Amino acid sequence: MYVYNLVDQSLVNQRVQQFRDQVRRRLSGELNEEEFKPLRLMNGLYLQLHAYMLRVAIPYGTLSSKQMRALAHIAVRYDKGYGHFTTRQNLQFNWPKLKETPDILADLADVQMHAFQTSGNCIRNVTADQYAGVAVEEIADPRITAEVVRQWSTLHPEFSFLPRKFKIAVTGSKRDRAAVRVHDIGLIIKINEAGEMGYEVIVGGGLGRTPIVGVTIREFLPQQCLLSYLESILRIYNQIGRRDNIYKARIKIVIHELGAKEFTRRVEKEWKTIRDTAIDLPVGEYERIRAFFAPLPYQSLPKNDAGFSHLKFENQDFSHWVRGNTLPHRQSGYSIANISLKPIGGIPGDASAKQMEVVADLAEKFSFGEIRVAHEQNLVLPHVKQTDLYSIWNTLKEHNLATPNLGLISDIIACPGMDYCSLATARSIPLAQDISNRFSNLRRQNDIGELSVNISGCINACGHHHVGHIGLLGVDRKGEEYYQVTIGGSADENASIGEIIGPAIPYDEVVDAIERVVETYVDLRAKNESFIDAYRRVGKQPFKENLYVTN
Amino acid sequence: MSLIKNNIIIRDSWNHLDDDTPLSAEGKVIVSLKRWQSERKLLMERQEPLGIRLKSAEGAEMISDDLAHFDLIALEFPIFKDGRSYSTARMLRERYHYKGELRAVGEVLRDQLQFMLRCGFDAFEYAGKTIPEEAISAFVEMDKFYQTVGDWGRT
Ligand code: SF4
Repeated sequence: MYVYNLVDQSLVNQRVQQFRDQVRRRLSGELNEEEFKPLRLMNGLYLQLHAYMLRVAIPYGTLSSKQMRALAHIAVRYDKGYGHFTTRQNLQFNWPKLKETPDILADLADVQMHAFQTSGNCIRNVTADQYAGVAVEEIADPRITAEVVRQWSTLHPEFSFLPRKFKIAVTGSKRDRAAVRVHDIGLIIKINEAGEMGYEVIVGGGLGRTPIVGVTIREFLPQQCLLSYLESILRIYNQIGRRDNIYKARIKIVIHELGAKEFTRRVEKEWKTIRDTAIDLPVGEYERIRAFFAPLPYQSLPKNDAGFSHLKFENQDFSHWVRGNTLPHRQSGYSIANISLKPIGGIPGDASAKQMEVVADLAEKFSFGEIRVAHEQNLVLPHVKQTDLYSIWNTLKEHNLATPNLGLISDIIACPGMDYCSLATARSIPLAQDISNRFSNLRRQNDIGELSVNISGCINACGHHHVGHIGLLGVDRKGEEYYQVTIGGSADENASIGEIIGPAIPYDEVVDAIERVVETYVDLRAKNESFIDAYRRVGKQPFKENLYVTN
Repeated sequence: MSLIKNNIIIRDSWNHLDDDTPLSAEGKVIVSLKRWQSERKLLMERQEPLGIRLKSAEGAEMISDDLAHFDLIALEFPIFKDGRSYSTARMLRERYHYKGELRAVGEVLRDQLQFMLRCGFDAFEYAGKTIPEEAISAFVEMDKFYQTVGDWGRT
């Protein structure tokens, strides 16, 4: 993991001091709310329905045990004893008090964490594949790039007052788990024929009101040119992005209005004038950062351990969990263990302080002290020995963390919705809980197979409903909560935006409707055909017919 | 409004001239881009220092060939959230190597001062509510940065 040097640490410390002073000036009335707003937003502090909300950055979803314990401590000391992991691999505290937020930030700084740029019209906390460095099919570790981007984008003096928020995601794998095609900028690490590392650069993807899959504006950007190229894109956007209409202010609209070709031409032209200047990092700096992500001191182990196979054979529940929630690791004899934060009927992404501590302890004992946060709102122990899986599973089970539902219908992504968010038009959490309860039977879930249900409480799409295999968007119909159903979305390497199936349906009918959609799939699927593949084969008609049948 | 330059508050010796006010023979004036474009000859004949003021939508390239004529360039922040002038400032300094005074005007508040400084501004028409002496401390709140910007020959 990346470890702060003196520069990183004093930057974070100074920022805490600066924010402490800003809060003081707000409390004394010297700053009014409007003036304070952009300042607090740049430190991750929102004003929600009932209270402030602090969004802590977990850069590219990587956490140490020590950091996780600090989060648990903050949850207890300053909040109501829990936190909420988000679709941007961050953690939200829902009940902090304004005057205590500088203390929270100081506690975070002690463990090399911060809340920089988790909100506001700036470059947001960068995200990456949660299996970085451990996925079998990975080409290169995206964390080095993500850390470079994190540093470059932190308090960037030119790009801190953009037309709108700006999100960057990185993957180094053929399987896209970072949803790079629905970000303002998505970077895919590639190796060219000469064996050099570089990036495919995708721009203008995004969800929200105008969901759109991004376009590739450069097939191969040499690694050492990354920052000058990013600056070129950001500079063009900063200058011509619309500032007259908040709904048309994202970079996707620039590309839509200008055309991808003209946008690319301008970026390339700008880039010609600034590449090979001091903007790009020297090679030595890349290497310095890369060293932090060197392979860990793994043991050399056989591919399959006999004792482990025996335990799976003996214990069906364990074997289900292994099959559902663990994945092979690059290193023989190791696994990637996913921890579901979606217990049946639970709140997606919520973790209690106790659960955070349990995960921190497990990581320390079994996973080189490292934890990942997935954008699906789950946690990951990235490097565990097969032979340790059984005791990990036992501990997880005790703390309601062993639901074997990764990628299944109850592994629901949901935004906070009306329960917390001041922008919401409908609830998300209770709906997620109802759907999860309806499909509580794990055998049934396994039979249905891979199926993502994503729920957003308003058009802002924080619950990524457009890219759920089934998406639900809460809308307001004369004061009643209705939900628009989309089908066929996907956030992976074959990214697609879900299609609206028909008129929105009232809250009380949603779960039945989802069940009919699922049954439609079960009836028409070919052997081993997943929901999304079946949908792509047959189209929306059969789903539509059944969605609205009521008896 | 107070003018901050080189970490102190100074008296402003310049005049913002609006487009309708007739040009007098004397005095340091700052004119709009429009006026510069339409009265260019007249302005060049004057023997006084000249300044130009760009709106946030008016980019550096619009005056990049004329920089030798200006002793001062003022860039507007119509509202502090409009960040276009940060890009303009960097381009003037870093691409076009403009060395004269670069002044931030408009909604220039305390908590943006350091961003402005780093992008190459060296004069600030401070519009915040606090006493400007206090705002000056904003320039030194942070002294560690990740980016190499503002590389325009300041010592
Ligand atoms: S999608 Fe809407 S309701 Fe949900 S968190 Fe985002 S803004 Fe709030």
